[in-house]
Amino acid sequence: MGKSTVNKHETLGLSERQVLGMYRDMLLARKIDERMWLLNRAGKIPFVISCQGHEAAQVGAAYALDKNKDFLCPYYRDMGVVIPFGMSARDLMMNAFARAEDPNSGGRQMPGHFGSKKYRILTGSSPVTTQVPHAVGIALAGRMEGKDLVVFTSFGEGSSNQGDFHEAANFASVYKLPVIFFCENNKYAISVPYSKQVAVKSVADRAAAYGIPGISVDGGDPLEVYKAMREAVERARRGEGPTLIEARCFRFTPHSSDDDDRLYRPKGEVEEDKKKDPILLFGHYLKEAGVLDELADKEIRDWIAKEVDEAMVYAENAPSAAPEDLLKHVYAE
Amino acid sequence: MAVISYIDAVNSALREEMSRDSKVFVLGEDVGFKGGVFKATQGLYEQFGEARVLDTPLAESAIAGVAVGAAAYGFRPVAEIQFADFIMPAVNQIVSEAAKMRYRSNGDWNCPLVIRAPYGGGIHGALYHSQSVEAMFCNIPGLKVVAPSTPYDVKGLLISAIRDEDPVLFFEHKRCYRLIKGEVPDTEYVVPIGKADVKRQGKHITVISYGLTLHFALQAAEKLAQEDGYSAHILDLRTLYPLDKESIVEAARRTGKVLIVHEDNKEGGVGAEVSAVIAEECLFELDAPIKRLCGPDVPAIPYNGIMEKFFMLSPDKVYEAMKELAEY
Repeated sequence: MGKSTVNKHETLGLSERQVLGMYRDMLLARKIDERMWLLNRAGKIPFVISCQGHEAAQVGAAYALDKNKDFLCPYYRDMGVVIPFGMSARDLMMNAFARAEDPNSGGRQMPGHFGSKKYRILTGSSPVTTQVPHAVGIALAGRMEGKDLVVFTSFGEGSSNQGDFHEAANFASVYKLPVIFFCENNKYAISVPYSKQVAVKSVADRAAAYGIPGISVDGGDPLEVYKAMREAVERARRGEGPTLIEARCFRFTPHSSDDDDRLYRPKGEVEEDKKKDPILLFGHYLKEAGVLDELADKEIRDWIAKEVDEAMVYAENAPSAAPEDLLKHVYAE
Repeated sequence: MAVISYIDAVNSALREEMSRDSKVFVLGEDVGFKGGVFKATQGLYEQFGEARVLDTPLAESAIAGVAVGAAAYGFRPVAEIQFADFIMPAVNQIVSEAAKMRYRSNGDWNCPLVIRAPYGGGIHGALYHSQSVEAMFCNIPGLKVVAPSTPYDVKGLLISAIRDEDPVLFFEHKRCYRLIKGEVPDTEYVVPIGKADVKRQGKHITVISYGLTLHFALQAAEKLAQEDGYSAHILDLRTLYPLDKESIVEAARRTGKVLIVHEDNKEGGVGAEVSAVIAEECLFELDAPIKRLCGPDVPAIPYNGIMEKFFMLSPDKVYEAMKELAEY
């Protein structure tokens, strides 16, 4: 494909293959998510919690990590983080349908509760922010073992009020541990807007209290997020300690499939935000940069549609665990 | 066999396990340079260095949560909560996280974590340095709760807890730390988690207890034998969750008369579950109603010495209850 004067990704050292990979992963996350909503509304799956509007932040962040040595302690919206770490459309559909083969929990947990040792993703729960100190613990153990691994942990802006965030950020800073605290600020904690959650202008401002860098980036631009993340990762690997990054995101859906955001969001806000849909914008960028054309875009979209269809059919027909299997895995057997 | 104190048994178990396995480490408030407020970790900082004996920031949820992460990664953290009363900020990490990690990941992850916490009264610690908090953790599947009474059991059980593949809450009665001494083998040994232990053989009444009050029962049993001619069979629960139901039922059947003794308050205490186990399994083999002698149902122990004494059980109080049951 032809070179263009717009080559922001090249200055970041990202190849065409990598940025196309980012685009594909963002779209894959979006399309799986959209399908889950259809399945929910059709009565086939009881629950969905979305990544829509966060994909650029998530994928941009994940691409700055090394999936062969780094660890994730993600939160429930992070489909765009776990996909680059290996979670497939089939895995995610297994999770949505709560099937035995779901690598996250074998059908025990709600969708979005990611975790899989083979993908280096620590199992997560629903009480928010509990994963944040876990990331610090993995970083501590990794350093004791002499590994140069980095641990990524993410959470929403509402969660940045939890004691576990503050305790973990302080702990990691005191011990200079390689942790990236990644706040995906979509301006709503279910129904409560940012103004009623956080009194400082940016969640990144909270870093000052822990003596660590706090960076606020446009979460709609995967390259901006990648840039901030890469610096944080390099800093962490150099032994200089953690970084707090706020990625400013949009929430294109209600909090979850059980929420109706028309009750609390200003009319037209979501529609206005969607004009800045990160996937559309990144597609434009790639086309302007000469990395993507209509044909290649269609190929990617066709591949994704097929992936999602196949994953859905497979998962829908896959068996659940035996009911009495719920008695297993309380203690080591 | 050397005679050592209860707290030396804690220290000795930590030292041996840290020497044996480089993945074992200690973290908590004041556990490093100072060696702990009770000196349970004394000398470990000097021997193993600050990287393995971590003085953490004063934040209990982080102590537990960081330990959970390190355990999931494959290390063997032993976290100290300075007083059991201060465990409350860490409950979310213990109950929602450590206890459920294996289950919620369908066996993919596990959390081999030990949390040590000194509990119990009798040291003028008032409301917030005296509580017995064990009962609130004794209906959390995925968690194990241990409360030893002798140096032998402390050492053997702490080693087992560190080697266990699942999270263990290890409650140490702080009044026992220097009061209770006992023989401990010079060679390596373990005491299995989940097994109660008969501390005294007898045939007239059965006393089931743990921690400090187990010693009160042993003393009372001597008096009961000498002055009243009754022999008491005494079972030390050692592990409070999951309970050793088999040993409980066997001990109850032995005499047909059961007294359950603990310092923790009565309603909803561990004794309630022990009593239910006996009622379910061997009610018609009993010769008397099951009795419980426990701390009163008040929020905690007052600072005033006379009030503390009123709250606390004693060999005399336990003797009275044992005698009454024996004569029933």
